[in-house]
Amino acid sequence: MALAFNRQATKRHDPMNPRKSNTLLIVMVIYALYTLVPLVWLLFSSTKTQAGLFSSFGLWFSDDFAFFDNLAATFSYRDGIFLRWLGNTLLYVVVGAGGATLLATMAGYGLAKYRFPGRRAVFAVVLGAVAVPGTALAVPTFLLFSELGLTNTPWAVIIPSLISPFGLYLIWVFATESVPTELLEAARIDGAGEFRTFFTISMRLLAPGIVTVALFTVVATWNNYFLPLIMLSDPDWYPLTVGLNQWSNQAIGAGSQPIYNLVIMGSLLTIIPIVIAFLLLQRFWQSGLTAGSVKQ
Amino acid sequence: MKHIPSAATRRALTALAAGTVAAIALAGCGAGAGGSDSTGDGSFDSIEAALETGGEITYWSWTPSAEAQVAAFEKAYPNVKVNLVNAGTNNEEYTKLQNAIKAGSGAPDVVQVEYYAFPQFALTDAFVDLSQYGFGDFEDDYTASTWNSVTDGDAIYGLPQDSGPMALFYNKTVFDAAGVAVPTTWDEYYEAAKAIHAADPNAYITNDIGDAGFATSMIWQAGGQPFATSGTDVTLDLQDEGSKKWADNWNRLVQEDLLAPYGSWSDEWFRGLGDGSLATLVIGAWMPGNLISGAPDGSGDWRVAPMPTYDGTAATAENGGGGQAVTKQSENAELAAGFLWWLNNSDESISTFLESGGFPSTTAELSSEEFLSDAPEYFGGQKINEVLAAAADDVVEGWNYLPYQVYANSIFGDTVGQSYQNGTDLNEGLTAWQDALAEYGDSQGFSVNK
Repeated sequence: MALAFNRQATKRHDPMNPRKSNTLLIVMVIYALYTLVPLVWLLFSSTKTQAGLFSSFGLWFSDDFAFFDNLAATFSYRDGIFLRWLGNTLLYVVVGAGGATLLATMAGYGLAKYRFPGRRAVFAVVLGAVAVPGTALAVPTFLLFSELGLTNTPWAVIIPSLISPFGLYLIWVFATESVPTELLEAARIDGAGEFRTFFTISMRLLAPGIVTVALFTVVATWNNYFLPLIMLSDPDWYPLTVGLNQWSNQAIGAGSQPIYNLVIMGSLLTIIPIVIAFLLLQRFWQSGLTAGSVKQ
Repeated sequence: MKHIPSAATRRALTALAAGTVAAIALAGCGAGAGGSDSTGDGSFDSIEAALETGGEITYWSWTPSAEAQVAAFEKAYPNVKVNLVNAGTNNEEYTKLQNAIKAGSGAPDVVQVEYYAFPQFALTDAFVDLSQYGFGDFEDDYTASTWNSVTDGDAIYGLPQDSGPMALFYNKTVFDAAGVAVPTTWDEYYEAAKAIHAADPNAYITNDIGDAGFATSMIWQAGGQPFATSGTDVTLDLQDEGSKKWADNWNRLVQEDLLAPYGSWSDEWFRGLGDGSLATLVIGAWMPGNLISGAPDGSGDWRVAPMPTYDGTAATAENGGGGQAVTKQSENAELAAGFLWWLNNSDESISTFLESGGFPSTTAELSSEEFLSDAPEYFGGQKINEVLAAAADDVVEGWNYLPYQVYANSIFGDTVGQSYQNGTDLNEGLTAWQDALAEYGDSQGFSVNK
């Protein structure tokens, strides 16, 4: 018994020949299926007509192959409102997530590298803000914005998106570790101003952290649903998430016009950019996460 | 392919709106009083003058016919510009409307509202009383039940657009295959439910996992009057005779698992309507267009019969449907009222509406030869409008919704829905719903059952 146990133990610790774990394999396969099946379903469904969706098995093709018809119809439906929504989403992502990344980077860096009174207070506020989910703030934000007359304008979506306490915290931790104070002192001695130091030296050192924060905020803004839902009443300013929901709701009630085939094609088109962004920036994301010592 | 506003989101949205209902109920007219000081001399002439003078108004609607109607209106009155906005379907729109009312700005001039939501806005003074423009003259143009839904005493808060007297839509092929006669009473309906499910375990008589709109309409048909409002006094009795009658009837189907376990308007539902696994729908008369567009595979199979009853005497209820109203935030209430009048009272607009598959609320259309003789192929050439128009005359009188029905419907699933899910007595669920509604009403400044 003891011998067998020992042998097994040695085997388990041999890094050149890792033991195969069936349990782990099964768990991973289940998880992979769990993650991929909806995407596969979406891919198959995007090839179907409205009628085909209801008369065929979800994970295989139906008789008609309507992928390109759906694609064309999605872009032409209601005078191409889908393109407008895509443009809105891009606007919110570029200005909102871009701004949030810039602000988080500057603030996190400032808090990490400068000593000034009130740093601890800021730290407490930021940590507290990380804990409050955005959804809980949507209602007060709405009332505030309607006082300012900003509801039903793009600003109502962009301004709240500019704030990313988590991004700030991440950059803060990251900057503390990866930007040596000696380097900043050297730059100062050489006569570089603080902004020049920040943009030419520190930003490069912070790049993995910045990409991580950018990914976080881009994904959050791209998927933002509840905030634009309550802030906007004019479909011309909807992002894709809220717009697709409106299409989906067309199937409900008297005079319903179900366009599930377009909802599905629209959903597919909506996730493609975010999947591409993830695949391209994955290595930054990983290194950023570990370098910042933050575990997700 | 679930509809994205999950139950949780819907609840959050409704809670957001709900907070504002209260504020308005308590503040009296506060928020809305801004716009419509220009209330004219109290005649229809001022409306016609406003239409000629022109101006710009905003109209919130999610009906498919709205676009064509607005285009036709702008052609008829070239000085008027109508900004048509789809601000969301039902609940979403109400939330936005409620928020805009609370905020004091941002509401449209004319807004689409379903009948069940009318009291919530009308009683909180969000809508212009149109009786001042002589809209009382239009009473005879509409069916009694729809007119009653948009009025409160002498006050007129809108004009009806569509209506939904309930009828029995059934898949004839399924009934023939199972050798079952089309039920005329609820007892026969229950027997048919068993026979159809026995003949094909995948087939169900209908689907229901707890739907507030359906349940309230069913209670309405059974003669229940669970909701009554007078000022801020609300009387709730979800255990009155009619409510119990429905619950006892429906209990049999719920507890014996004879109902398909999915909600209406889901993809399973559309699939079931097309492939024969859903044998009937007891639903509003606006359904035919939805079947034709949403379940093309069912073409030729479906027929329409009167709604089953408890004792064989024709009785039905309104299910869904709604109209349009003018908000108090409107800067040009006369023009808005003019548009509303054209929208729901002119032949041109109503025929556009009918072409889009809508079911009218106007008596002239409901009794017109052209309307009654329509025999769609989808329904095997049956003159379905004869059945549906007859249903409009059999709507049980005396029904009222709560002044916070939108909220009420949003918590139906948490209370009565539990009975559906656990297969327990629906009466218990109704009691739980009533308790929750009483508590909520009290917290919102109403006086419930006092």
